Amino acid sequence: MIRFCQIAVLAIFIAQWEITARLGLIDSFILSQPSRIWQTFLNMAQNDLFMHMGVTVYETLVGFLLGVVLGTLFAIALWWSSFASKVSEPYLVVLNSLPKIALGPVIIVIVGAGTQAIIFMALAISLIVTVLEMLNGFRHTDNEYIRMAATFGANKRQIFTKIVFPYNISTLFNSLKINIGLSLVGVIAGEFLVSKAGLGYLIVYGGQVFKLDLVMASVIILSVVAAVMYEAVALLEKLVLKWYGH
Amino acid sequence: MMTRQQIYFHKSLYFTYFIPKANYLRGIPSFENNERKDEVIPLDVLRVQNIEATYQAENGEISALDKISFVVGKGEFVSIVGPSGCGKSTLLSIIAGLLKPTAGEVFVNGEKIVGTSPHIGYMLQRDNLLDWRTIYKNVLFGLEVRKMLSPENQERAVQLLKTYGLYEFRDKYPAQLSGGMRQRVALIRTLAINPDILLLDEAFSALDYQTRLTVTDDVYRILKKENITTVMVTHDIPESISMGDKIMVLSARPARVKEILAVDFEDENRTPLTCRNSPKFRTYFDHIWKELSADE
Repeated sequence: MIRFCQIAVLAIFIAQWEITARLGLIDSFILSQPSRIWQTFLNMAQNDLFMHMGVTVYETLVGFLLGVVLGTLFAIALWWSSFASKVSEPYLVVLNSLPKIALGPVIIVIVGAGTQAIIFMALAISLIVTVLEMLNGFRHTDNEYIRMAATFGANKRQIFTKIVFPYNISTLFNSLKINIGLSLVGVIAGEFLVSKAGLGYLIVYGGQVFKLDLVMASVIILSVVAAVMYEAVALLEKLVLKWYGH
Repeated sequence: MMTRQQIYFHKSLYFTYFIPKANYLRGIPSFENNERKDEVIPLDVLRVQNIEATYQAENGEISALDKISFVVGKGEFVSIVGPSGCGKSTLLSIIAGLLKPTAGEVFVNGEKIVGTSPHIGYMLQRDNLLDWRTIYKNVLFGLEVRKMLSPENQERAVQLLKTYGLYEFRDKYPAQLSGGMRQRVALIRTLAINPDILLLDEAFSALDYQTRLTVTDDVYRILKKENITTVMVTHDIPESISMGDKIMVLSARPARVKEILAVDFEDENRTPLTCRNSPKFRTYFDHIWKELSADE
């Protein structure tokens, strides 16, 4: 029933969009219309749609993986040393609230206008969130578990690998889920600023030449790509948790 | 002002304090005909000597433990009772080597303890089984951490699981077991490292009453069978009597040893449940109750 209603909402939305556009109630030049989006999509599919998708997905994955790995490593370091964690706290707070997109020009100047800049942007957006999220998870590990390990004489490394990390597997996956979205934001923002390919490039290009069909089609493809990547992470989570016996 | 038991205790302490020396001297011929020669001196497995603990609070230094001393012989079960907040758990943490005492020493088998010792197993109130490990993997946790994962030790863990009826659950996860079973798994995890001394810190108070009676019975049997020396902290007077060979009563903070009471039900095969039915149970209970209430 829920699934039926979900599909119905989408179908009604698309239908009324198409109908109002055909009746001339909305301006399909500005708002586009489903049939024209479909035509554009078919046209793109015969040309270089998959190349653009591939570029965006590639940049997102690289930024995402870098963000997760580096962010987790930073979080481990900060969990390990309360001194380092206290010193870095104000910086993390400021960096976290700073809109990373403001760093765009700086990034472009430093690493050059190209794929690197886009990956950097994705990394900048996802890194700090990962650090904060993972650190928070590590710190909220059930203290009784840690005490139990301590009664067996566990050292800090053992406490981390045997208690803190496994305890935070679900925190890790939560942060992965947030990150896949954030990396995509970073990549699209990066592609807006510098690029010759990718879905973000198609959107900006479509806007500049007033081909709103292209913009809409790209946005829809983008949302499908985002959903697929999110689901991939969710599937991975299921597999890992099953393997871990949660 | 000293109670009779206190004087008894101090004497006994004085006595045990010199045991190593006495043992040592026994090897020297001129002492062979010493009047002590026919005394049976059991070697203490655990000796706690003049432990003091203070900690910093907002309004200055607070003393939690005041010169606590006692000895526990091989296979003995000592219950520690005391008013809540008197520092019972602090004492156990010190014996376990998790906390450093401000003064005093702990000896296990005559050796001074610094930090945690593989001779001591410590069981907390909560079972703390790791959700992401199977029962078997949970049991191996201590061995893993202590880097003692030899085939013999693993075999021992399997034997423990078999003996105490948990072998068929070895591939299950903790969430699939009842509270009492979980507590038994936690006990086996502690016993797997083959400790000489087991410390129980309110280990049964998280269980409901029914389970608690069964589990204490099970645990008692296990400990007696494995001949494990045990020190248990509890706030439950009946539990302390039903399990203990000796009961140590602590005063309110700063905790001193008020009394060490030897419990004797004149029953070779006593179990916590039979003790609870013994007529002497009431006498012990009233005695300890009085000792504890005298503080307030």
